[in-house]
Amino acid sequence: MFGWEFPPFNSGGLGVACEGLSKALSSSGIPLTFVLPFKIPISVPWCKFVFADESSDLMNDIQIRSLFSGYLSHSDSFPSQKYGLPAFVSGEIIERVRSYALKAGGIAKKNRHSVIHVHDWLTYPAGIAAKEVSGRPLVAHIHATEFDRSGGDNVNSDIYNIELEGFRQADAIVAVSERTKKKVVSKYGIPAEKVKVVYNGIEFKNNSAIIERNLDCLKQNGNKIVLFVGRITLQKGPDYFVSMAEKVLSHEPNTFFVVSGSGDTEGQMIRMVANKGLSSKFIFCGFLRDQELDRVYKAADIFVMPSVSEPFGLVPLEAMISGVPVLVSKESGVSEILSSALKSHFWDTDDMADKVISVLRHSKLQNNLSAHGNQEVKAIHWKKAADSLISLYNSLDNAFSMFLLPGSSATASAQVPYL
Amino acid sequence: MRKYRIFDVGQNSSYFNDESGTSLDNRAIIKKVAGKCYLPANAVLLQNIKNNPEFKASFSISGLALEQFEKHAPEVIDSFKVLVDTGNVELLSETYYHSLASIYSEEEFINQVLLHRKKVQDLFGVIPSVFRNTELIYSNQIAKMAEKMGYRGILAEGADHILGWRSPTFVYKPIGTEKIKLLLKHYRLSDDIAFRFSQRSWEGWPLTAPKFADWVSSHNGNANTINLFMDYETFGEHQWEDTGIFEFLKYLPAEILKNPDNNFITPSEAIDRYEAKGELDVPHHVSWADTERDLSAWISNDLQREALDTLYALGKEIIHVDDPILIEDWRKLQTSDHFYYMCTKWWNDGDVHKYFSPYESPYEAFIAYMNVMQDMRLRLSDAKKRQEHEVFLHKVKPLRFSEV
Repeated sequence: MFGWEFPPFNSGGLGVACEGLSKALSSSGIPLTFVLPFKIPISVPWCKFVFADESSDLMNDIQIRSLFSGYLSHSDSFPSQKYGLPAFVSGEIIERVRSYALKAGGIAKKNRHSVIHVHDWLTYPAGIAAKEVSGRPLVAHIHATEFDRSGGDNVNSDIYNIELEGFRQADAIVAVSERTKKKVVSKYGIPAEKVKVVYNGIEFKNNSAIIERNLDCLKQNGNKIVLFVGRITLQKGPDYFVSMAEKVLSHEPNTFFVVSGSGDTEGQMIRMVANKGLSSKFIFCGFLRDQELDRVYKAADIFVMPSVSEPFGLVPLEAMISGVPVLVSKESGVSEILSSALKSHFWDTDDMADKVISVLRHSKLQNNLSAHGNQEVKAIHWKKAADSLISLYNSLDNAFSMFLLPGSSATASAQVPYL
Repeated sequence: MRKYRIFDVGQNSSYFNDESGTSLDNRAIIKKVAGKCYLPANAVLLQNIKNNPEFKASFSISGLALEQFEKHAPEVIDSFKVLVDTGNVELLSETYYHSLASIYSEEEFINQVLLHRKKVQDLFGVIPSVFRNTELIYSNQIAKMAEKMGYRGILAEGADHILGWRSPTFVYKPIGTEKIKLLLKHYRLSDDIAFRFSQRSWEGWPLTAPKFADWVSSHNGNANTINLFMDYETFGEHQWEDTGIFEFLKYLPAEILKNPDNNFITPSEAIDRYEAKGELDVPHHVSWADTERDLSAWISNDLQREALDTLYALGKEIIHVDDPILIEDWRKLQTSDHFYYMCTKWWNDGDVHKYFSPYESPYEAFIAYMNVMQDMRLRLSDAKKRQEHEVFLHKVKPLRFSEV
């Protein structure tokens, strides 16, 4: 399995998904070798790591983070340009992607494997190179297309071409949602039969954090909390969140809107809030993670994800784990699998406001969504995704199926790891 | 009910007019089901009566359904009139608004049954003498209420848990009543048609008229009546025309009558003809809905309870206010379907509730409903203010009179 990042050295969802998938695959009896481009101080009990660039000394945190910074959002580090990747940066990243690919053949030669599984465009050239050496089937996993990252207006053609080549060379493509599959078919001209939808999962851990103190004070005084968590960038619909907030406040003035995250349109969002005269009702708490975020979830009456475009969208699942009712945009992949959730089109801020107000007003609705959502999210686990991948591997490689039936433990003597 | 949003509250009070052409558009739905089910099924029944003058059938049609047919598809009313005029078709009583009033308010229940009785009399010129409650909801208490209103018979689900070892093929007497008789649905044979007719995995598939007639006849010698009660939309809507359901309906009477021991009777004829075999005690509600056959389709989660409690709490004041439109809207909001759409019992499994619901989720149904409740509350307080003002004027007048 070729990845680009791995928690805790990750800048976003790609690393989280790789961690979840590799762990679940391994516990379903799949021996796994995980390849990363750079040497980082990391080890997990469920798989072996191979670093393409072994020569470099272990890097420190800052160096590592700077390596990944280019991936998640082109625009984060270059606020002057909203969409697309400035040529010199894309050149730099693409160079790293190419040099990753140069090492991949050697890695494929040294590590026996049955299937090669690669994650997003950064790893596609590496996967293609590995396949040339070993001739094993190639699975291209798509977590986000260039159209999702760029907002669709300013697609980087180098990246597009790398994606396209990856899709063509792959024996099978895995998309994280039906809407992502549709994009692969319509924007890249890939036959639908070649694309299988495998939804992401999440590891269920009870949120036992203590409610955030300041928010608790607000709640004690009869206020309600509406929560936004995510990068503040156009793709996530922060402007729709603000419009919705304005409408909610006209009916439920004792409401506070808490925004956790940072990003290139953060300033724009803050200005919009100020222009509408809502500054006293918004709390921007910056990028939060782990325990800090858990404490904010504990305070939330409802979580809203108004994403304009979201291939999957893991955050609402985190909210559901914490028992927070969620409202997600119908333009998100995760909305395809959620039942105990409210859904609106991202542009329909009337509908969003209507739903948020209803949850704030009717405790029965809030409790129902909270309890059912919490129950539902337990079934959205990585094991389900792993099982789906295993049956895909089996369909690609008959030899593979000998050892890789889910749950089979008779494979110990004949373990053939896969990349 | 349309998608009524918080922003509509206090702005407009048209809850039911949706002209979107979607499944929330009552006119579009009525036109669709009239063409797929009511008109073709009525035509088959009429032909059956002409071919076999012994053939009988009966209908329980809510006042709301009749109202909507009158408005959007009057030809359906005409075709029912023709059927009733043959004398072979009996009409039953129910609550006008297909409501759960039998559970929440006896006073409201009586009012709605009377409204329905009048509607049926106005349209068809007959007065029903047998009662069937909304969705076949039944209990000892409901039997008593029906008897008090003068009904000779009442229908119920022949659920195993109320019958025990007894058979639904006899007439019973509800416990604690004097004269009223109870007819029980033969759920196995009824559901063979209503649910399983087109189910290819079912061992009885394909179900033909001769096969079904055989199953019916096999009860001979040990049965007085086999009550086939089902949703009329079985014919053409739940079971589509291409399943052969109309052919089945067309050939069934002749096949059943081939056996000289068989005949067709209406509910009131069954009641006249057969003595009660025993007393049946049904302290808890039964219905024909879902596998549970209880009230859980409408009243099993907090959303449904909240909506129903709010509705009937409002009603305590609304019925004392002189505002017929407000009362009528309140009654329309009692239709059991509103609460059925809020059911979350099997929501995650994507079951039949989902199939029949015009809303995207039970939550959407609840949200729209509670917004309407909020608007109703505003209208009620307006109406009360108006009324107080009028009372005030009345008080002023006599004073002046006495001065004269």
